[in-house]
Amino acid sequence: MGTVLAALCVGVVFSLGLGLAGMTQPAKIIGFLDFGGSWDPSLLLVMAGAIAVYLPVWRLMKRRGVALNGEPLAIPAERGLDWRLLVGAAVFGIGWGLAGYCPGPAITSVAGGMTSALVFVASMIGGMVVHAALSLSAPAGGRSGGDG
Amino acid sequence: MIDPLLAALLGGMLIGLSAAVLLVLTGRIAGISGVVGGLMRPGRDAAAPDDKRWRLAFFVGLLVGGALLRVLYPAAFGGAVSRSMPALAVAGLLVGFGSRLGNGCTSGHGVCGVSRFSRRSIAATMTFIATAALTVWVVRAVFGGTL
Repeated sequence: MGTVLAALCVGVVFSLGLGLAGMTQPAKIIGFLDFGGSWDPSLLLVMAGAIAVYLPVWRLMKRRGVALNGEPLAIPAERGLDWRLLVGAAVFGIGWGLAGYCPGPAITSVAGGMTSALVFVASMIGGMVVHAALSLSAPAGGRSGGDG
Repeated sequence: MIDPLLAALLGGMLIGLSAAVLLVLTGRIAGISGVVGGLMRPGRDAAAPDDKRWRLAFFVGLLVGGALLRVLYPAAFGGAVSRSMPALAVAGLLVGFGSRLGNGCTSGHGVCGVSRFSRRSIAATMTFIATAALTVWVVRAVFGGTL
């Protein structure tokens, strides 16, 4: 129960952060990715702000080894690079650049009433189902099943 | 109106804070594609029968946050781009499939993985920023910015 409540609250704060940061505005994402045009660097600050908070907490937790609920950290073992990682990231990037949505902001925008986000998320879930059906997962990636 | 650069920094810090709280309380990684993708795996994991409950709770949390933003800060949903429904559908498919194949997205690799100095996550982040930038360039140069 604790885990479920924590995940719910974390999801709320996460999406508020996405909204404040501008991640739910596709034009802003595309402006960030448009290195050849009028580049908008503000999303670098989103990443910098997130890492500045997360990194020290990660360092602390790594030393501690277990979460407050007693469970071990679901951190994937560091493996080498492989074709799944690189091809997957490349395909993800094409979709991200096409729509200006990545998964979190798109889901947030569905509740924000954006029809475009609803179409995107429905398709995104379809893509995930296709992946699950093809059983393309890398062997044994830890409890989280992957890097993130 | 809050300065966009300050908003980006503060918003990023909220994202990092929520991911950090999830790590501290539950040991899980706040990677959205991983959290949601785990819901799509058929059947139940015998080793973790409650696995889908926290994932669903996170998903619902994102929707609750989106509904709050709609009331408190509707400008968060500005900045639409001209994309047809088929283009959005193709983009969603690529994002869903690609993020699962590559084991992560902007949050899991770009924030959590980069913070761990994970070689895989740094490589994935550089790769998806590169292909996304290339896509944006093609959409602008070849299709005139509309698709």
